Amino acid sequence: MRLSNHPILTFRRGEKISFFFNGQPLEAYLGETIAASLHAAGIYHLSDSAEKHRARGFFCAIGQCSSCMMLVNGRPNVKTCTTLVKPGMVVESQQGKGQLPLWNNGK
Amino acid sequence: MEQREIVVIGGGPAGLSAALQAAHSGARVTIIEGEKRLGGQLIKQTHMFFGSHKQHAGTRGIDIATLLENELRALPNVEIILGATVLGYYYEDGALTIEDHEAFRLMIPKRLIVASGASEKFLAFPNNDLPGVYGAGAVQTLMNVYGVKPAQRVLMIGAGNIGLIVSYQLLQAGVEVAAVLEAAPQISGYLVHASKILRLGVPILTRHSIKEALGKHTVEGAIIHRLDDRWQPVPHSEQQITCDTICLAVGLSPLCDLLWQAGCAMQYIAELGGYVALRDEGMQTSVPGIYVAGDAAGVEEASAAMVEGSLAGLSAALSLGYNSPADEELTAELRQQLDDLRAGPGGAKIRSGLEKLHPTADNPKEVT
Amino acid sequence: MLPTASLAAVTPHQERLARGAVAIVECFQEIPCNPCATNCPSQAFALVSDINALPVLDWDKCIGCGICVACCPGLAIFIVDGSGEQGVVRLPYEFLPLPEVGATVLGVGRDGAAVCGATVLRVQNSPAQDRTPIIWLQVPPEHIMSVRHFKF
Repeated sequence: MRLSNHPILTFRRGEKISFFFNGQPLEAYLGETIAASLHAAGIYHLSDSAEKHRARGFFCAIGQCSSCMMLVNGRPNVKTCTTLVKPGMVVESQQGKGQLPLWNNGK
Repeated sequence: MEQREIVVIGGGPAGLSAALQAAHSGARVTIIEGEKRLGGQLIKQTHMFFGSHKQHAGTRGIDIATLLENELRALPNVEIILGATVLGYYYEDGALTIEDHEAFRLMIPKRLIVASGASEKFLAFPNNDLPGVYGAGAVQTLMNVYGVKPAQRVLMIGAGNIGLIVSYQLLQAGVEVAAVLEAAPQISGYLVHASKILRLGVPILTRHSIKEALGKHTVEGAIIHRLDDRWQPVPHSEQQITCDTICLAVGLSPLCDLLWQAGCAMQYIAELGGYVALRDEGMQTSVPGIYVAGDAAGVEEASAAMVEGSLAGLSAALSLGYNSPADEELTAELRQQLDDLRAGPGGAKIRSGLEKLHPTADNPKEVT
Repeated sequence: MLPTASLAAVTPHQERLARGAVAIVECFQEIPCNPCATNCPSQAFALVSDINALPVLDWDKCIGCGICVACCPGLAIFIVDGSGEQGVVRLPYEFLPLPEVGATVLGVGRDGAAVCGATVLRVQNSPAQDRTPIIWLQVPPEHIMSVRHFKF
């Protein structure tokens, strides 16, 4: 849920766009981080931990703690709390540690 | 390899003030900020600041950020790099490595001012990893930067200034605050901040702590308990609280990785939030040419961070030969401001921390 | 929990309360802060060099203008007026929605507990107040030193 009236602040939101979370289309505004857009849509459980598969959400929201990392456009370990949402972005819950593409295809 | 005169790391209150002062002194300044905008934590502080008019008292933090940014942008000798992360400092050749929009940069500054701020401390309790256990700063970011309602009902842990202020801001955003817990026997934040939420009906429970968070995939509640004089849980004092968010405001630690890397003499001082760099009165660390300011130098109020920043910026510029007849007076004035800000009972912790900050046998590097 | 014993020290004598609007400065802790003193148009606050000193208000100089109410970072200053048949409390209120003039609300005390019914007399929200509106509440005169907030 987004705030519209605030006693101190005026929120200037960017253009309304859509992106995907685990295949589901969601609305967002340009200028928001992925984690903020997900939170506004009521999604708090972002990924699962590598070993015990426990639910993971964000913690610091300023790119320091790494609790919010997800798979974004196929790329793992993206800090969604500081990465801005883009139209058509494919955001997925990350299972495990994620694998970076191997240099030179592993050869 | 890019050569620079003064590089300031961090665009928060300390870094902005450092860059401003150094640039006003005539130096060429580069300020590097990890976020896409300047201001650091100021951009979420909707309350009016304390201090005197010299530190913009009575002005809201968000507006101080704008004031400082506008002043900085009007100066021709300032370069602003946003959305870039300083990865490391290599003392062998004095180089900074920087990730700037997925490109790698190497920069050699003549002087470096580290104003990297602080990170939120965490608290150990069962289920503290559940989504919905958020840092107080995170909740502020969500609601005050992005305008996203962070929760329906929050349990706040910590009655320092951050816990009290964020509770008030949550109420302003229409979020219920179930209670504010404080393990200490008294409220550690300013009483005026406490009064603001008490009259709104929020209980502040001193000598209370969280026992565990409840919930399967996200927070659904919490069990809290009372603590005795030895900080031990009082048997059978458990209470269940219904909430969808548990907000941790249990202190900050200076972010000083770069100072460690640079080989600055460091000392652990609990009152200042953790490891901090030894420094002289002009905020220069034990490594000549490296300065520190703000929370990275010891966790304190933003008003003090701004003054420390100005002092660091002034010293760094002076050391490069940018001087004016007014410098001596300005230096004395800034030091006086810091002393004044720290003079009251609220500054006792900082004063005692700063008194402990000195070279020891383990930390032999002399600070001159 | 709050040092309300100090309330006596910030409460003007009956004669001053009965004379008209006056500021009640509920700032009981030495913190580095002085906008109340530096912004007072009547120089009613003692100007001291130590910014940590508790504010000292000369009730005879205070004209009850309310400028300090909106500029106090701690929102700890209230204006009370005990000169009329009904008392008036002016308090800072940084919440939405703002009340309508004439509305009946519930006056609450420093602990958030209900004190008495109150009527909204005025909603002051000039640009100079910088988003700290001041709400004027009419309350029974015996409650001017008790009502410090309100609920709808």
